[in-house]
Amino acid sequence: MTPDKLAYMANQIATAFARLPDDEAEAAIAAHIDQFWDPRMRARLLSLAESPKTGLSDRARGAAALIRRPETA
Amino acid sequence: MKDFILPDADFGTPARRSDKTVTLTIDGTDVTVPEGTSVMRAAAMAGIEIPKLCATDSLEPIGSCRLCMVEIEGRRGTPASCTTPAADGMAVQTQTPKLAKLRRGVMELYISDHPLDCLTCAANGDCQLQDMAGAVGLREVRYTPGANHFETRQNGEANPRFEAKDTSNPYFTYDPAKCIACFRCVRACEEVQGTFALTVEGRGFAARIASGTTDFLSSDCVSCGACVQACPTATLQENAVIEMGTPDRAIVTTCAYCGVGCSFRAEMKGDQLVRMVPWKDGKANRGHSCVKGRFAFGYAAHPDRIQSPMIRETIDQPWREVSWDEALAFTAQRLRRIQAESGTGAIGGITSSRCTNEETFLVQKLIRQVFGNNNVDTCARVCHSPTGYGLKTTFGTSAGTQDFDSVEAADVVLVIGANPTDGHPVFASRLKKRLRQGARLIVADPRRIDLVKGPHVQAAHHLALRPGTNVALLTAMAHVIVTEGLTDSAFIAERCDAEAFADWAAFVAEDHLGPEATEALTGVPADQVRQAARLYATGGNAAIYYGLGVTEHSQGSTTVMAIANLAMATGNIGRPGVGVNPLRGQNNVQGSCDMGSFPHELPGYRHVHDPEARGVFERLWNVTISDEPGLRIPNMLDAAVDGSFRGLYVQGEDILQSDPDTRHVAAGLAAMDCVIVHDLFLNETANYAHVFLPGSSFLEKDGTFTNAERRLNRVRRVMAPMTGLADWEVTMALANAMGAGWDYAHPSEIMDEIAATTPSFAGVSYDLLDREGSVQWPCNEAAPKGTPVMHEAGFVRGKGLFVITDYVPTDERTGPRFPLLLTTGRILSQYNVGAQTRRTANTAWHGEDRLEIHPHDAETRGIAEGDWVRLASRSGETSLRATLTDRVSPGVVYTTFHHPETQANVVTSDYSDWATNCPEYKVTAVQVALSNGPSDWQEDYAAQARAARRILPAAE
Repeated sequence: MTPDKLAYMANQIATAFARLPDDEAEAAIAAHIDQFWDPRMRARLLSLAESPKTGLSDRARGAAALIRRPETA
Repeated sequence: MKDFILPDADFGTPARRSDKTVTLTIDGTDVTVPEGTSVMRAAAMAGIEIPKLCATDSLEPIGSCRLCMVEIEGRRGTPASCTTPAADGMAVQTQTPKLAKLRRGVMELYISDHPLDCLTCAANGDCQLQDMAGAVGLREVRYTPGANHFETRQNGEANPRFEAKDTSNPYFTYDPAKCIACFRCVRACEEVQGTFALTVEGRGFAARIASGTTDFLSSDCVSCGACVQACPTATLQENAVIEMGTPDRAIVTTCAYCGVGCSFRAEMKGDQLVRMVPWKDGKANRGHSCVKGRFAFGYAAHPDRIQSPMIRETIDQPWREVSWDEALAFTAQRLRRIQAESGTGAIGGITSSRCTNEETFLVQKLIRQVFGNNNVDTCARVCHSPTGYGLKTTFGTSAGTQDFDSVEAADVVLVIGANPTDGHPVFASRLKKRLRQGARLIVADPRRIDLVKGPHVQAAHHLALRPGTNVALLTAMAHVIVTEGLTDSAFIAERCDAEAFADWAAFVAEDHLGPEATEALTGVPADQVRQAARLYATGGNAAIYYGLGVTEHSQGSTTVMAIANLAMATGNIGRPGVGVNPLRGQNNVQGSCDMGSFPHELPGYRHVHDPEARGVFERLWNVTISDEPGLRIPNMLDAAVDGSFRGLYVQGEDILQSDPDTRHVAAGLAAMDCVIVHDLFLNETANYAHVFLPGSSFLEKDGTFTNAERRLNRVRRVMAPMTGLADWEVTMALANAMGAGWDYAHPSEIMDEIAATTPSFAGVSYDLLDREGSVQWPCNEAAPKGTPVMHEAGFVRGKGLFVITDYVPTDERTGPRFPLLLTTGRILSQYNVGAQTRRTANTAWHGEDRLEIHPHDAETRGIAEGDWVRLASRSGETSLRATLTDRVSPGVVYTTFHHPETQANVVTSDYSDWATNCPEYKVTAVQVALSNGPSDWQEDYAAQARAARRILPAAE
């Protein structure tokens, strides 16, 4: 799973919730990712969110803080 | 399991529905029937059989054979009972000396133009003409030999009236010499199938049945078999019966092709399957069939079937045939080693949408209980996973809302992204029947599918949208409905979330979402969109049927929600004749989803986050169920390339051929250390497998399939498994090789476990299914006989949820290098990756995938009909031959994906639905150019496949 592809997927989800206000959108993005992403995908996304230049949209990055931390990466 | 035999009485004329009943006397017996019922049917209901030839209860009566005449007190003459409606107080005699004499006279005339070769006739013992000759007591034919249709020669010359047999159709033969001109075949083609391929030429003695002006194979005939079934003589006869003789018993089972889930009588002779005949009491198909279910079952006995388990250390080696024990021990050891090295989550599996519910349940149980993770997915990922997400979000549960009977009450039908006459033919016939009665049709499809204009069926609107613009189109329809005040306010107020509706209504009303503003995007004239929206909202009961043209997009889930929004806004949910109906692709794709095949859901669509749902299984299975969602198929392949996912058990699915971006799939499979393919054939995925476990066909096992209307139909074993084990037994053996200790003796025990753990199946058991024939889930205490229509009193989620559906264009864009849009689909005679249908005579209709291209696009590229062309995208390229047609608009090309030689999916992209990762098969930017033949890639692929399929001679 390349970082580009993960970022693309997260951004796609963010776009789907584009009409919501920031806080609601970030919660919705995080909830969606928690519900459907396996822990290794979430772990990678979280590490992506930590580095600045990874193609993640602002809201996808913002949602990262709300994403459930995988127990072991 | 003992044979399940049911009588199939023919009541002569179709049932009538009426609130009023009438009571009449037939041969002294009182009978009460619904008003409109024929005297013939009334008699049959009283157990009195009136002789008949041209009448059968699947067809409207025409009163032509005159054998069914009766005497009615107070009426003159001898009216035909098939066309005479029963009336209150009527007194009918079916057997009098006068009738006997008249009937003998009629039979004598029939027999005077019929060969008397009963003993060598294929219909011997199964011929209604023979039966009726017996019934009326025909003892002599007094007519001297004269003009007839059956003698090849007369007076030393060729008989000009004799027509030779038509053997062009691979599955049945038309022998005009045996025809009694009852027109049952012609009527079946019209009334049941709706194709109108057959007609009557000539009048009176010269009347002959004709398949247009050509033979059957070249005609419009779709080989559904309805005419063969309707024929009372040997005139239209299955070739299998001609070759094998008549069957001696029948077992009711369910077709293993598409999501319609037709019930069939498997007619047997010993353990040989002679023919499959649609079962008239089947609630999905009501006695109809298509060419696949009716005739294309020969793959089950094809010599390509692998009968022994096989293993190999690495995929460059030839296969080695081994015992079940060795294969399973090898597999178990490899899987456990991978887990020891790379963690519990390093292996997973794919359940099959072609196998039974019971088998699917066991595969996900294997993964959750024995593998210890949730890495389970199914082919619904690549077809209807957006339906799951979209309908769950809006309505609260992931399934079609209606039964197929519902179409009989529809006034307006919107078909979007589906091609029912090819993909779901038996449903299409039922739909066309309703359209001929006057229901109106809207088709939204980039391609002019057959439904748009056919015999006696014409769509009111064909919205030929540009691929990838579904959301824009549906939102524009919603814009019209909201801004023109066509919503059903009472329904919305009572049933739907008010705040969400207000937000949605304000959203769709925005000017830039209207049909005029989006015309440039969708390519559909605004006026057409307006008219279609008005028709949908105001034309009476409006039903939506959709297929993969909706789901297989980067906005697949959004489109499903846009569909749900339309239905809620117009109050078209919760009663017969309306609803949102996904047409499911495979026979058990609904069931595989129901059975917990998704990596985030336990059986019954309960999220793995839900501790209560996990608890149910944890207590029963004595393990801890992971509360983390597992990998979806595309994620598995990505993780395989990364090295964190190394073992995969694939039951009955060919992901290499069916999943998008073939090269990426191949790279994922090649990176794994243990790929287990469990299938009938060495499919394309098996080229990358280390273990091959031979599968069993649907004829060889007991179980259930769940069709697109949530109906659980029984699958019954009609012959022993060729390999000795049914698929559920193989999964059990694999689980046990890994230490599970399962001990199911019969699939009914697996269904009992499903019922015990899954609330929506709580009432289901094999006893119930044998009693009721079938049930639609939810089936539980609240609905002991199942649920034909969902959301009747309220939505499953409580209040229906309107969801805002912003149109987001796909990133798969056309440009100078790839100026055309490719969309893909299927054809009637072939099924999915073709593993089954390519191994039948169905190849007579479709021997290769062809590229449909508009004549304008072809001309600018110098392409002529039948030319080899290169089809290239950003992902890859392949070659196939072109067909020029204006079914597709300029700028759009279309192909099917039934043949591995073409591998249309080498071209499709890696883009997928935002919510579910369902691949975007339906939109790929491509270029088309003339070519010399197969591409280098195709030749390399074929060479790799050949090498990968080598099998070492069995070691002694």
